[in-house]
Amino acid sequence: MIGAGDRAWRATTGLAAAVIPAALLLVTVVLVVGAWPALADAGPGLVASRTWDPGRGTFGAGAALVGTLLTSLLAVLVAAPLGVATAVVTVELAGPRLSRVLAALSDLLAAVPSIVYGLWGAAVLVPLLRSELFPRLKPLGRVIPLLAGPAYGPSLLAAALLLALMILPYVTAVSREVIAAVPRSQREAALALGATRWEMLRDAVLPGARHGILGGVALALGRALGETMAVTMVIGNRHDLSWSLLSPGYTLSSLLANEFGEASGDRHLAALMAVALLLLVVTLLVNAVARGLVRSVRSGRSSLEVAR
Amino acid sequence: MTQGRLSTVGLTVAFGDRTALRDVSLVVPPRAITAVMGPSGCGKTTLLRAVNRLDDGVPGMVRTGEVRLGDEEVTAPATDVAGLRRRVGMVFQRWNPFPRSVFENVAYGPRLAGLRDLADLRGVVESSLRKAALWEEVRDRLDADARTLSGGQQQRLCIARALANAPEVLLLDEPCSALDPGATRRIEELLFELRADLTIILVTHNLQQAARASDYTAYLDAGRLVEVAPTRLLFTNPQDPRTEAYLTGRVA
Repeated sequence: MIGAGDRAWRATTGLAAAVIPAALLLVTVVLVVGAWPALADAGPGLVASRTWDPGRGTFGAGAALVGTLLTSLLAVLVAAPLGVATAVVTVELAGPRLSRVLAALSDLLAAVPSIVYGLWGAAVLVPLLRSELFPRLKPLGRVIPLLAGPAYGPSLLAAALLLALMILPYVTAVSREVIAAVPRSQREAALALGATRWEMLRDAVLPGARHGILGGVALALGRALGETMAVTMVIGNRHDLSWSLLSPGYTLSSLLANEFGEASGDRHLAALMAVALLLLVVTLLVNAVARGLVRSVRSGRSSLEVAR
Repeated sequence: MTQGRLSTVGLTVAFGDRTALRDVSLVVPPRAITAVMGPSGCGKTTLLRAVNRLDDGVPGMVRTGEVRLGDEEVTAPATDVAGLRRRVGMVFQRWNPFPRSVFENVAYGPRLAGLRDLADLRGVVESSLRKAALWEEVRDRLDADARTLSGGQQQRLCIARALANAPEVLLLDEPCSALDPGATRRIEELLFELRADLTIILVTHNLQQAARASDYTAYLDAGRLVEVAPTRLLFTNPQDPRTEAYLTGRVA
C-alpha cells in the first residue's frame, strides 16, 4: 500500500535526484549548440592549431589544451608522492596527537580560497622562482628542452607548483583513509615474519592501499584540470607552446576566464564555447577513470583483504 | 641444546589500566605442543604476543618480567625484534595471506632475510609447503593468488609461510576456530608432525582440541597461570579448583 504521503515524497525525491543528470545534460547541450559554429568552422584546427587571434578570427586552442594537461600532470607528479608521504606519516608514524594536528592542517589547505592561492602565487611564488630557482635551472636548459628558453617568472612551472599545493590536501585525505583501511591482520602478517616497520609499509600497507591512492590521485587530477583563478594569475596567459616549463603558457580555463566577458562577436563566442566543451570532456573522462579506480577498491577487487 | 627452549619469568603485561597478564612464569617444553587455554580475556593471546613482541607498538603497553628463548632474554630492549620474529613464527586466528601468489607468500620471509637466488627460494618454498602438508595441493598453482585457496589451505599456507623462516618456535593463536572439523583435523595432524623439531604453543578455547592435540596444557585465568601439566594429567586430575571448574564447564 502506498499512501498519498509516500507518493508525494517519492515525487519530490525523484525530482531532486533528476536535477543532477538534467543539469549535466543541459550544460552539455548548451555547450554543443553554442560551440557548433566553431566546431563546424575550425574543426580539428581548434585543438591542432596554437594560433589564437580573435582579431583575425583564428581560433586554435592547442597551446591552452597542452598547457592544461601539462600543468595538471606535473602538479600530480609533485603532489602524489608528497601527499602519500604525508598520509603515511600521519597514519603510521606520528603519535595520536601529532597525527590529529597533521590531518587538520592538511585539510585546512583545502579550505583556502583559490584566489588566495593565486595572490600568494603571484606575489610570492613567481618572484621566488624568478630570482632563486630559474637562474639555477638555466644551465640545465641547455640539455633539457623542458627547462630551456627565457624565463620571466609567470610560467607553466609556476602554475604546476601552485596547483600541486592546491591538490595536495585531496591526495593526502584519500591516501590517509585508504592506508588506515588496510587491515591490521595484513600488517601483523608482515611484522610476524620479521619485517621492519618500513618493510611492513612497503610490502603490506602500500600495496593494499594502491588502488585507493590511485583513485585519489585521479580525483586530484580532475580538480587540477578545472582550476582557474589561481592558475590564471601565475601562468602568463600566452598562447605559446615552446615545450619549456619556464615559459609562459595558457590553460583552457584561464582562456575562458580572460576572454568570455569581452568576447568580440559570435565566432569568438562560439570558439570559447568549444573550449569549454573541450574542458568538460577532458575533466569528465578523468573523473570517470578516477571513479572506476575508487569503486574497484570499495567493491573489494583491490588488494585489500577479502572480507568473509 | 638450548634451541627452542622458551620460558617466561614473572611476565606481567598491562595495557593502560588493564592488566592482561600477571606474574606468569612458565617453562615451555621444547619439541612438544603446549596448549594454552582459558576463558576469554584470560591473557592467552597476550602471552603469545609477548613472545614475539607483537604488542610492542601498542600505545600504553607496559611489560615487566622476562621472556627467554634459549640463552637470550628476548624482552631486553636491545633485542633485534625482527630477528626474534624470524626465530618465532606466528599463525593467526584469521588466516591472513598476502594478496599475492602462493609462492610469494611463502618466499616473503626468506626474501626479507636476504635470500635472492630463485633456485634457493624455490627450494625453501617447496620444503616449507611440504612441511605444511600443502605441497601436493598447490604444486600446480604456485602462481595463483593465495586468496583463491580454501580457508583450510590458506591457514596451512600461513603455517608454511611461518616455517619458511626456519623458526625454533611456532605460535598459533586459535588457528582452527574458523575452520570446519576436517580442516581442523588436518592442521592438528600437521602440528604433530612439526613438533619433532619445533616448540609449539597452541592457544585455544576449544577443550577438545587442547585434549587431543597437545602434549602439555597450561591453564590461564584472569591473567594468571593457574597450572601447567602434561595434557592427560591436567584433564584427568586437575590440581586447582579453577581448572576443574573450567574443565567441567562451570566457567563461561
